[in-house]
Amino acid sequence: MEAKKHTPFLRRPVVQTLLASLICILLGLLIGYIALLLINPAGAWDAIVVIVKNFWKYSAQSAQLKYLGNTLVKAAPLLMCSLSVLFAYKVGLFNIGAAGQYVAGAGAALYCALGLHMPWYVCMLAGALAGALLGCLSGMLKAYRNVNEVISCIMLNWISLYLVNSLLTTVKDPTSPYTLNLAVANPGALIPSLGLEKLFTNNKYVTIAIPLAVIITVLIWVLLEKTKLGYELKATGLNKNAAKYCGMREKYNIILTMGIAGALAGIGASMYFLSGFEEWSCTQSSVPAMGFNGIAAAFLGGLNPIGAIFSSFFIQHITNGGAYVDKTMYCSQISDFISAVIIYLCGFVLFFKHCMNRFMDRREEKALRKEEQAK
Amino acid sequence: MTLLIQYMLIFASVLLLVALGGCFSEHSGVINIGLEGIMVFGALGGALVMKYLPDGASAATVIFLSIAAAMLLGMVYSLLLAVAAINFKADQTLVGTAMNLLGTAAATVFVKAMNTAENPDNVSSTIQYINAKKAFIVDLGGFEFNWFMLLALILLVVSYVLLYKTKFGLRLQACGEHPQAADSVGINVYKMRYAGVMISGLLGGIGGLVYITAGVSEWKFENGVAGFGFLALAVMIFGQWKPIRIALAALLFGLFRSLSNVYTGFDFLASLNIPSSIYNMLPYIISLVVLALTSGKSHAPKAEGIPYDKGSR
Repeated sequence: MEAKKHTPFLRRPVVQTLLASLICILLGLLIGYIALLLINPAGAWDAIVVIVKNFWKYSAQSAQLKYLGNTLVKAAPLLMCSLSVLFAYKVGLFNIGAAGQYVAGAGAALYCALGLHMPWYVCMLAGALAGALLGCLSGMLKAYRNVNEVISCIMLNWISLYLVNSLLTTVKDPTSPYTLNLAVANPGALIPSLGLEKLFTNNKYVTIAIPLAVIITVLIWVLLEKTKLGYELKATGLNKNAAKYCGMREKYNIILTMGIAGALAGIGASMYFLSGFEEWSCTQSSVPAMGFNGIAAAFLGGLNPIGAIFSSFFIQHITNGGAYVDKTMYCSQISDFISAVIIYLCGFVLFFKHCMNRFMDRREEKALRKEEQAK
Repeated sequence: MTLLIQYMLIFASVLLLVALGGCFSEHSGVINIGLEGIMVFGALGGALVMKYLPDGASAATVIFLSIAAAMLLGMVYSLLLAVAAINFKADQTLVGTAMNLLGTAAATVFVKAMNTAENPDNVSSTIQYINAKKAFIVDLGGFEFNWFMLLALILLVVSYVLLYKTKFGLRLQACGEHPQAADSVGINVYKMRYAGVMISGLLGGIGGLVYITAGVSEWKFENGVAGFGFLALAVMIFGQWKPIRIALAALLFGLFRSLSNVYTGFDFLASLNIPSSIYNMLPYIISLVVLALTSGKSHAPKAEGIPYDKGSR
């Protein structure tokens, strides 16, 4: 029997996915740079450097760590949202409803914290359940009534936004559109930090949510790769009818997947709002961007949970960096622009991989031809 | 009552135009989720024209130029979807979502840069077109008739004829149902799909322009188009990809959407004391219920979403 063939470096799927993502990032940053040049050539280079540097722009290490902490506080919910999107994608469903499930989770968590005065873990559980409920609803509509999940998720996004806005109006500060500050109203609902904030120069928003997000990521990876359920879910996604033929319950799998995806987004929302970093604005007219950025992070990470950790951090890194651009010349939306360009380019990943394979094919052909000539 | 009908017709026009655009694209086989982004760009084009036209320009000039600009920008932006989905065989849902995010972000960056260049203190993303907007409205004894309503009706008739009574339309539909069969009789599937996507860009762009001029004289581009593009997608699916049914669905959804604006004017509804958030949610809840009831026998174009590969069977 032939010995196991050595797969060339560039043909390994992991390497190809990594390279493709890097190409997306570099091209996205380049296009962003060109956009900055078009707006105002004077400060374009500084602006793009500032976006990429984010917290490194501070020279003191204590300041760097503090702002790194801020980035991490937002990267954890983004990671959860990206897990939500990629988990559903494995079953062939595009969970654009991650934003709505995020909203539902935030609403449930904040209401439990401010209205029902529950401790943080109950609030987080409530957030997960609310997100799961919304996800299951989309899943049931898809499984039983064949409603396209993209449309049902968008509708549910808006419905949950209006519902949560009116629900949280009951627990908000009477003079402002924001909900009550957690530290004042119910400190028991704040996620504990167990000393982590000392690593980040006493940034009080850094909590155990961040390592928890990484743990959940690993659990999701184990679920997808090493369990029977994960195998069934992936099989349903690859070919629904074949899976059904093998006896897998595809309706149940669809609903379960959307439920888990919704729960993940809901946990992400709980992580963000129970850290006290931000309050919920009860008059916001559009769904928070965190859910949609989760789509970007999921695809940039190659639809792999471990990749999602790095891509979520990167997307949040440049989003936070965007806030530091010189406001007299540019606006902070430039980093939203760059993120959107990167997601657009992620659609070309298949093409990039195809190019890489063609390149390797031609190299092998050349090597073979040389061998033939040498004979 | 007239206000209700006014708003209903205007919102229905927006939904009709954008849903027709989505219909053309999907009939050719390309799923177009990026209608929101196309609407934003069309709106941007029209708004820029309206802002920069001199005050004395005639109504006809304003109308023609702003519609032309909206169509052009919408078409150019839809090329992003066309190239990615047709030439590079990208995942159409992903590209569409990216286009939505990109549209709002790009429009916001552009408008803010433009506003800041004019006046360093102005950091908003708003464009105003108070005078130019008046060109679109004709006052018919208390009822504000908007030329866009007529345009939507004309385009509806044109779309119906184009899709069902011309060679082009029938071939377009063939590319969405069974592109291999269409290719075998000599139809260039790539060109047809490009045509489908660009028509959707054209119609979506006009739809965006209509949306931002519906009842308001300025638009904050940071908001994008507030989810209207997705509502139009729901209209398209409810209308089963048929222009006449899409028009009826658009009227229904337009009615519910306008109710949230005008319900205070009806004593009967005001006395029911329903909170305003319910009215806001009503179009979306109705869409969900309607979709749940009608998607069972949904007949989407069979080959939509699958990138066409000449070599496959």
